[in-house]
Amino acid sequence: MTAYNVEKIRKDFPILGIEVSPGVPLVYLDSTATAQKPAVVIDAMDEYYRTSNGNIHRGVHYLAERATSMYEASRAKVAAFIGADKPKEVIFTRNATESINLVAQTWGRAFLNKGDLVVLTEMEHHSNLVPWQMLAKEKDLRLEFITVTEDGELDQAVYDQWLDQGPKLVAFAHMSNVLGTINPAKAMIAKARRAGAITLVDGAQSVPHFPVSVKDLDVDFMAFSAHKMVGPTGVGALYGKEELLDKMPPYMGGGDMIRKVYLRSFTPNELPWKFEAGTFCIAEAIGFGAAVDYLNSIGMDAIANYEHQLVQSALIKMKTIPGLEIMGEKAAHRGGVVSFTLPGIHPHDVAQILDQNGIAIRAGHHCAMPLHDKFGISASSRASFYLYNTEEEINHLVVSLQKVVKMFS
Amino acid sequence: MDDLYREVIIEHYKNPGYRGSLDPNDISFEDENPLCGDHIKIDLRVGGDGKVSEAAFDGHGCAISQASADLLLESIIGKDVNEIKHLTKTDVMDLLGIELGPVRLKCALLPLKILKAGVYGLGEATDDLLEEGQA
Repeated sequence: MTAYNVEKIRKDFPILGIEVSPGVPLVYLDSTATAQKPAVVIDAMDEYYRTSNGNIHRGVHYLAERATSMYEASRAKVAAFIGADKPKEVIFTRNATESINLVAQTWGRAFLNKGDLVVLTEMEHHSNLVPWQMLAKEKDLRLEFITVTEDGELDQAVYDQWLDQGPKLVAFAHMSNVLGTINPAKAMIAKARRAGAITLVDGAQSVPHFPVSVKDLDVDFMAFSAHKMVGPTGVGALYGKEELLDKMPPYMGGGDMIRKVYLRSFTPNELPWKFEAGTFCIAEAIGFGAAVDYLNSIGMDAIANYEHQLVQSALIKMKTIPGLEIMGEKAAHRGGVVSFTLPGIHPHDVAQILDQNGIAIRAGHHCAMPLHDKFGISASSRASFYLYNTEEEINHLVVSLQKVVKMFS
Repeated sequence: MDDLYREVIIEHYKNPGYRGSLDPNDISFEDENPLCGDHIKIDLRVGGDGKVSEAAFDGHGCAISQASADLLLESIIGKDVNEIKHLTKTDVMDLLGIELGPVRLKCALLPLKILKAGVYGLGEATDDLLEEGQA
């Protein structure tokens, strides 16, 4: 294996060369919100519009055939990337959020009934809470939550208690977008299966950052977004086991999702198109495939190792700042996300001052208000790391944070 | 970086002159910015002449929102309540003396919205209140 060459990788991402103001280069530490895009992804979409634009699946002309084969090739790449057996088990959606909503509105509506127990966790992103709250209200479901320990881990004893009560569904994030905790998904899924529950994993933060295999996890559903894995916005995927997807009613109605339509009825298309109504964002789906090719060219193991080194270094260096507290610092397995607070300084002020130093971080509740309530704070600052970040950028972050503390002292 | 965090803003954030609460009061209103969780409560005492005699704010939030509240209250002492109804976004920006992007503008303007909602006796602080006159 060749050594990880971050300088070479950085050159693949045009945006990383910009200055936010004269002489102030961009330091992008917000990849958990959205990742930057390499030229190969941007070019793939550009190239598609210049040479191959046609509507998929229906036309018989040159462009329609070309667009269709590129679109379906992209699906096959995404399926292989997550270790799915069949491309038809990958449904293209707008993003992880839509993927979860799709499961709630189709599988959930069809198979969950009054009083059924759905187990979620306290560390969920709003996208894996609100769809279930909406469904719970509609169908009178019971929602219960695996609590988060002070170390930022899911309390497995609490999980076991809920499993004893026979949940119909267990849905949880593979990796927390706030704490960076990587949950023991495989073991949790195995336990859920023994208890007779269907499982959904929110892979929005895991799939971009380390090797994930749906086959190895034996998960029923997994949701993720392209834009967090160096792909374009507007496209994501839902993985589902074929036998489950087959039994589910369609999601949105319209073109492409049907086999036959009569004035008063229709028969749905087969997988995966049953869930893909209307003309999809074809260019973005092709960009998604290019993103997967790019990540494969570097290697997910190499990316995971590199990020692990970065975050370990960041944790050590950031802790030298007086008063800085890291949320979920002690979690046994954590990814490249560090959320922190500084006493007496609001996260918006931290983020704003860092921005003036060219550093992009996120401030707020990161779409996880209940988790912040749990930690007794209204907001936090979050620095996140990806394959293109460097040790120098961490040093720059630390020096800038020292300036922030000095300014408010 | 000194543009946005001018001395005056840091100073009003760290040592506010009008932090506290007034009980009893003539006007009291509180609200929050759900985006960032900034929360502010403003209490006023109004004299027989219709002018603000005392003002106080309480709550938590970023330096911009807290300094904006302090500067705003400082500016309305002795003002007729009807004059407060005519305060706008521009008045707050003049007090702060900085340029703000759309996200931070919400922090800066939260105190004015709350103040005007209180003065008008409205149930909630809306963006309409940032313009001149009646909401």
